Amino acid sequence: MTNLSHVMSADDHKKVIEQNENVMICCGRMGPMCIPVYGAMEELESEYQNIKFYDMEFDTPDARVIRNAPECNGFMGLPFVVYYKNGKIVHASSSILSKDQIKSVLDKHFQ
Amino acid sequence: MLYDVIIIGGGPAGLTAGIYTSRSKLKTLILDQGMPGGQLILTHEIANYPGAESLSGYMLASKMLQQAKSFGCEVKSNAKIKDLHLQGSIKKISLENGDVFESKSIIIATGGISREIGASNEKELKGRGVSYCATCDGDFFQDKNIIAVGGGNSALEEAVSLTKYASSVTIVHMLDNFQAFDYAVKEAKENPKINFVMESRITKFIGNERLEAVEIEHIPTGEKREQKIDGVFVFIGYVPNTKFLEGKVALNERGEIKVTRDLETNIEGVFAAGDSIEKKYRQVTIATGEGTIAALSAAEFVHRN
Repeated sequence: MTNLSHVMSADDHKKVIEQNENVMICCGRMGPMCIPVYGAMEELESEYQNIKFYDMEFDTPDARVIRNAPECNGFMGLPFVVYYKNGKIVHASSSILSKDQIKSVLDKHFQ
Repeated sequence: MLYDVIIIGGGPAGLTAGIYTSRSKLKTLILDQGMPGGQLILTHEIANYPGAESLSGYMLASKMLQQAKSFGCEVKSNAKIKDLHLQGSIKKISLENGDVFESKSIIIATGGISREIGASNEKELKGRGVSYCATCDGDFFQDKNIIAVGGGNSALEEAVSLTKYASSVTIVHMLDNFQAFDYAVKEAKENPKINFVMESRITKFIGNERLEAVEIEHIPTGEKREQKIDGVFVFIGYVPNTKFLEGKVALNERGEIKVTRDLETNIEGVFAAGDSIEKKYRQVTIATGEGTIAALSAAEFVHRN
């Protein structure tokens, strides 16, 4: 379990992206490619207070809201990382990310 | 801020060194360029660490980190090194964020970083058919045809594990023989889903939204052909993470740090441990042992000076 806030269901997901302007969700497992991304997000939370950071369990059926998003079409590597602005996906990526790679996306879309 | 020991790298070697030096009441700081844990974090299961029958690399790394901190070891993650001054009695490390740290001794434990194939389009298709982790991404390839690249133990063992999902696994290897242990080669050769393309390498990844094919070169003849494929898993080992040390400490032709038996480098007061040093075998147990030696050597150096 990470120290991030968790998206537990599709309803939860809807509320999170509707009620917050800038949202980053890492949808994965507690595996080797996902853990470093969660760790980087935990560190970025204090640095980017205008953004809400969440995780979501990839294997929960409700994670279809991310797994089946058109922006995630072709993704074949964990984690699926999705960035929302005003409820709309502005960027999505598949597989491990460094903190610097995440920051470049946050700076581009949420500044 | 002056430390007794600064450890660069928070993998098993660095964390073990941190446990030893901080427990010896030496003021210790670990600097890690990412998250502490090193390659351990990228390891799904550790089954050969004495005393721990089976646990995830993440759990083992977390326990080591917690143990180091419990003795007063300071840890700074995402610390990107800008410059190093290793000569003289006080060593200086400058970070990209402007922080500067000084220390009486240094332990370099920067480990290794995954080797990439270097073929065109590899980065663009990472997570879209190109993967470096069978346990993470294997189940995306149920009933698909995939390639595993490499000829060491990881490549052959992971190729076998991927047959749980894939309908076929082709092992592509640059040499005409395998570096893996005999048991791993035997197991792969006996698996009916696995076939072999030897003396060959991938020169191009083809696809836009998703990997569709690869270009494979037969090295002795230079002949190239295109093969349709759903996924490629890359297991071609690690390179030492020592680029930033060029011109600072003595490295061998492979970029590994040259060390004495006590794990001192060619610079007085600078020690090294783990997968970044010159050696034959790379295992987590060896890294922790070397972290211990480097810590004891550094402690003796600090007390002597």
